[in-house]
Amino acid sequence: MSQFAINVLFVGGSFAIYIGIAIWAKAGSTKDFYVAGGGVHPITNGMAIGADWMSAASFISMAGIIASAGYGASTFLMGWTGGYVLLALLLAPYLRKFGKFTVPEFIGDRFYSKSARMVAVVCLIVASLTYVIGQMAGAGVAFSRFLEVDATTGLIIAAIVVFFYSVLGGMKGITYTQVAQYIVLIIAYTIPAVFISLQLTDNPIPPLGLFSDHSASGEPLLSKLNEVVTALGFNEYTAMVDNKLNMVLFTLSLMIGTAGLPHVIMRFFTVPKVSDARWSAGWALVFIGLLYLTAPAVASMARLNLVTTIYPDMAGQVENYEDAAANPIAYADRPDWIRTWEETGLISFEDKNNDGNIQLYNDTADFSNRGWQGNELEVSNDILVLANPEIANLPGWVVGLIAAGGLAAALSTAAGLLLAISSAISHDLIKGAINPKITEKGELRAARISMSVAIVVATYLGVNPPGFAAQVVALAFGIAAASLFPALMMGIFSKRINNKGAISGMLTGLIFTLVYIFVYKGWFFIPDTNNLPDTEANWVLGISPLSIGAVGAILNFVVAYVVSSVSEEPPQEIQDLVESVRYPKGAGIAIDH
Amino acid sequence: MADDKSNAAAYWKANLRLITGCLIVWALASYGCAILLRPLLAGISVGGTDLGFWFAQQGSILIFIGLIFFYAWKMNRLDKQFGLGE
Repeated sequence: MSQFAINVLFVGGSFAIYIGIAIWAKAGSTKDFYVAGGGVHPITNGMAIGADWMSAASFISMAGIIASAGYGASTFLMGWTGGYVLLALLLAPYLRKFGKFTVPEFIGDRFYSKSARMVAVVCLIVASLTYVIGQMAGAGVAFSRFLEVDATTGLIIAAIVVFFYSVLGGMKGITYTQVAQYIVLIIAYTIPAVFISLQLTDNPIPPLGLFSDHSASGEPLLSKLNEVVTALGFNEYTAMVDNKLNMVLFTLSLMIGTAGLPHVIMRFFTVPKVSDARWSAGWALVFIGLLYLTAPAVASMARLNLVTTIYPDMAGQVENYEDAAANPIAYADRPDWIRTWEETGLISFEDKNNDGNIQLYNDTADFSNRGWQGNELEVSNDILVLANPEIANLPGWVVGLIAAGGLAAALSTAAGLLLAISSAISHDLIKGAINPKITEKGELRAARISMSVAIVVATYLGVNPPGFAAQVVALAFGIAAASLFPALMMGIFSKRINNKGAISGMLTGLIFTLVYIFVYKGWFFIPDTNNLPDTEANWVLGISPLSIGAVGAILNFVVAYVVSSVSEEPPQEIQDLVESVRYPKGAGIAIDH
Repeated sequence: MADDKSNAAAYWKANLRLITGCLIVWALASYGCAILLRPLLAGISVGGTDLGFWFAQQGSILIFIGLIFFYAWKMNRLDKQFGLGE
């Protein structure tokens, strides 16, 4: 069977499962549509959160980023998992007790203000929509590489599948497809990692292999990697980062951004009890941890594999790295996987010194003594995981599995985000503000229509990605961290924060964060409209625009506190509401008003 | 009624204490051992590198998982103890 046929079989088979689940899990009421009926088991919910959370960025890009940045990229590992501690301790159980359908609904009720609810709706839609573009683009990459269709056709196929199960099943359909997608993606991610770990370290468990000895050289894997990359002018893989303040703030921004992202919070509304919300946060992190503990192993092993593919003399015990580096492979002898990825443009080669060999090294280092005139091989971070089975010469079915896994990661996150957007529109905007008298049936129809519109918009943006697609991390996490998380947390832990405090806090955090990002990245991400170059020398106190969400969040807290202190206390019934949210007793299944 | 109130207040206080403790561990593992205190831990070697690197790429995630389960278990006991469970 050809590789193409295997890929079609795996991707087609997984899609057939998702569609089957969609037909089985059709939503009959708004409760089904928004909270999957409210009876999801905590372990099931944990798996669904895992798929909901782990996006194309986690599956496709993260290991590649770690491979190139080494220790410095630990920010993503800690930031995207540590947020679950905040969710489990500070938000999830209380929002579950509150027992409504959406995140803006809590903000609107707790701060007794329609304006607060609308600010939350805007934050939610901007954060989720920018995030969903990245998912669609990731699905496009996977389709074009593995199914030999162009990215646009691939995206439209993906959109039809998502449309089917999310419009039909709402949260109910999404929950059970996410469980299936989690299983597909975790198998796809770990199987190649196990083989590669065995090849390099003889240890079948990748996270243990990472700290084991490299079989070919007998040295610890990470020391070997440090030696190999420094011989090519790169920093040590495990080298400490100089700008610690920025690393701390970036990690903090990712953590509180994770805890404030509505599509994740919403999943906690689907379990029957408050204690289930606590347990499902733990299970979610177990399922997420399986991938996040594997990723750093994949990263270091793939980096070593890549370098030793180009410089075969570096693979075993090396007496002299200067000699080993003098002997790279000829371009004509490059392995097949480099040839296939060259076709996608994600690997490119330019023979700068016309010697017919490939020189891969740090471009800022000077190796003219070796006759090198610049780095000749550009490798995109995004291909590492996708190309992993080919780099390690694994059988064709593993490649098919990776294709299905990458698509599962992208589509499951896209569906969760689309649900967050459509419920904000149908429940908060239409029912909450425009037409409060809408019937249950009418609202369900409105939810389905807004879901359909959201899918069309997301697909359009995926096909024609705006220039800022690459900046979504800064934007989505910045907004969630600086506006939503502090408002939710203060709503639970303080009875004193009132409507004025919350609104001014959210707006301060939001505007401050957006302005800081725009100053360096361009206003509304339009190229060349930035006021200052986006380099460390120009950042205030060395804080990058990616890390500013944490500062925005602190401002939000301070402003909300000060404004509330100088204005009136919230009414008694609101203080009672805060009391009731704090104690699990009397929690029913998530309800409508 | 007064008893209910003081009982609830005691429950909330116990919860806040638990949260504070857990968040101290959370911060020590990630911001502490993995970043700011890494130079202090440089002497302790783990599989070809130092303990700080292990915390940054593996240890902190394991501690986060442990913390959430510990908190859930403790809170379920508090819920029962104060009679405020579901």
